[in-house]
Amino acid sequence: MNEPLLVLERVDKVYDPDSAHPVRAVQGLDMRVHAGEIVALLGSSGCGKTSTLRMIAGFEEVTAGSIRLKGREIHRLAPARRGVAMAFEGYSLYPPLTVRENIAFALKSARLKREEVDRRVREIAHLLEIEDILERYPSSISGGQQQRASLGRALIRHADLHLLDEPMGQLEPQLRALLRGRIKHHVKERGLTAILVTHDQTEANALADRIAVMEGGVLQQFATPAALKEAPANLFTGTFIGEPPMNVFAAEARGGSGRLRLRLDHGSELDYPEDAFEAGVRARMLECRRIVLGVRPHAVSVAAEGHAGPLRARVTANQWLGDQTHIAAEFAGGLLVAVEHHRAAVRPGETIGIAFAADDLHVFDAESGAALSHGGRAA
Amino acid sequence: MDHASRLERILRGIAIAAMVLFFMFPIFWILLMSFQTNETILRNPPSMAFAPTLSNYAALLTGRLDTAAGTLDIDFMQNLKNSVILSVFSVAVALLLGVPAAYAFARHKFRGSEDIAFTLLSFRFAPPLLVVLPLALYFQDIGLADTYIGLIWVYQLICLPLILWIVRGYFEDISPDVEYAYRIAGHSWFATFRRIALPLAGPGIAAAGLLAFIFAWNNFVFALVLGSADKQPVTVGALAFVTASGIQYGQIAAAVVLSIAPTLALAIYAQRYLVEGLSLGAVKG
Ligand SMILES: Nc1ncnc2c1ncn2[C@@H]1O[C@H](COP(=O)(O)OP(=O)(O)OP(=O)(O)O)[C@@H](O)[C@H]1O
Ligand SMILES: [Mg+2]
Repeated sequence: MNEPLLVLERVDKVYDPDSAHPVRAVQGLDMRVHAGEIVALLGSSGCGKTSTLRMIAGFEEVTAGSIRLKGREIHRLAPARRGVAMAFEGYSLYPPLTVRENIAFALKSARLKREEVDRRVREIAHLLEIEDILERYPSSISGGQQQRASLGRALIRHADLHLLDEPMGQLEPQLRALLRGRIKHHVKERGLTAILVTHDQTEANALADRIAVMEGGVLQQFATPAALKEAPANLFTGTFIGEPPMNVFAAEARGGSGRLRLRLDHGSELDYPEDAFEAGVRARMLECRRIVLGVRPHAVSVAAEGHAGPLRARVTANQWLGDQTHIAAEFAGGLLVAVEHHRAAVRPGETIGIAFAADDLHVFDAESGAALSHGGRAA
Repeated sequence: MDHASRLERILRGIAIAAMVLFFMFPIFWILLMSFQTNETILRNPPSMAFAPTLSNYAALLTGRLDTAAGTLDIDFMQNLKNSVILSVFSVAVALLLGVPAAYAFARHKFRGSEDIAFTLLSFRFAPPLLVVLPLALYFQDIGLADTYIGLIWVYQLICLPLILWIVRGYFEDISPDVEYAYRIAGHSWFATFRRIALPLAGPGIAAAGLLAFIFAWNNFVFALVLGSADKQPVTVGALAFVTASGIQYGQIAAAVVLSIAPTLALAIYAQRYLVEGLSLGAVKG
């Protein structure tokens, strides 16, 4: 059987286990990464992304569980013997060496010829746009330049696995977009495998084949960018992924006479034909007394009062961004955000009609947060 | 940079001059004394007018001291040599043992590591006599009394804790990730220690070594109790000038000048090195 390149099995990380306040940074992490894949780790600050990378690299011991790379248990090996390259969150360049030497020392142990090392340093410097600072020392270059030097030190190697901890956080969006493309090309061309930590969803979507969403040390969902958007596994992923975030409303479901009525906590009621939802989904919705409905801003239809649907909302803001309109409106006791791809004419203070198609509705169990259905089909 | 007003600068200059004068005066006075005979030194009131003489230095170098009560053989040059041997080897041994230990304490926190480190430091709190008297008895038994090795061993009580604690601080200031970045590229733990940690902590190690050297050089009690005349350093050797016929201030002054010369030279040399090392840039990642 062909095992994935990297296998994490029930990995736990507890910092200060004997202290009064042990920190459970990672809990029961199961993850498989295939050779040639780029995986993005996404999650709020402090959710355990860096801890996960550091356990794979061997800078932190795993508290429990196992890590296998190329079928070999590595979680007890010294970092030098794991065949992993890493770009650090804090850059960690070696101050007495120039940028060139810093990048080259990653290759020292590979015993390459001088010309070969030079060639590869030049290639990587060109890729990352740092050719002009190769002879400078880390203390005399900017944060963004240090970050790229540190990234270069990780990318220059042909390791079994590349771990990149927020490799482009310090760069401006234009450069980031440029490097994103180049890095992806570099990694894919050489058949490298990479795990990348980022706070930027655009970056994750553009670079990664699959995205792992973490929260509170627990893996929430591990899927392709499209699947994360279309079928979030739970309320956290639903609201975490997507910009602007998904609109959510607490509700209760009621059935009868061929209809399914979803009563929002603040009075409004959504009314759908029963067959817009699969029978199993309907049963689950009726059985969970409390549910949460989620609608992405792009899926909210807005029209002048009386047109789009029976629901009413009061516009509080309307912002034309040049290519799309963001409309904020008071609805069901909270704020609803809608995105229209044309210039909407509604003004603050106006009442508008809104509608959610059953196809665009995400339904979650209010208690556990687990997804029940997406667009009427079982999750 | 300096936006101080003229007046502020003048006041600051005066304050610094006063401090320098205060601390340098004894050294200056000793230097003057070393070129005088006992008679001119003991003059009352003291005066700076005298005919300089090199007789004190001559006596030290030849090892013959002419006093009112006759000629006395002293072995100051042997004392100076002992000081050098004891200090150099003590610091060398302390660096050899202390630097790796400091690295271990800085990088590997295990249960009780803090306690062990503190226990080592606490050797410095104990009055030296507390340690030295029982040791003197043991050393007699095992034949270490009055040997360089025995003294160097005991000097570790001075040097080792100092080096351990200072160097540990420097190692702790190095971001472990700088080392990890090196290790993950396929380098062993030891190569990382030698090629990354040691050079980065270099200035700290030099400073600690220098301090340890000065403390070892200035030590008095250990050598007084545990060594005989031919193993004693200058600090103890200077006692020879307290003779039956009086204290030989001139020779003591000359001995002091000769004995602070090496430490002073070392300090000046190392200072330049320290500044250089520290200006290499921030170590933290
Ligand atoms: N050495 C440590 N000792 C104790 N707790 C730690 C240590 N390192 C991290 N933690 C804690 O573990 C949790 C996860 O930290 P981690 O650095 O993995 O987060 P992260 O997802 O990388 O966050 P960020 O996005 O801010 O970089 C946090 O609560 C953090 O405070
Ligand atoms: Mg992090």
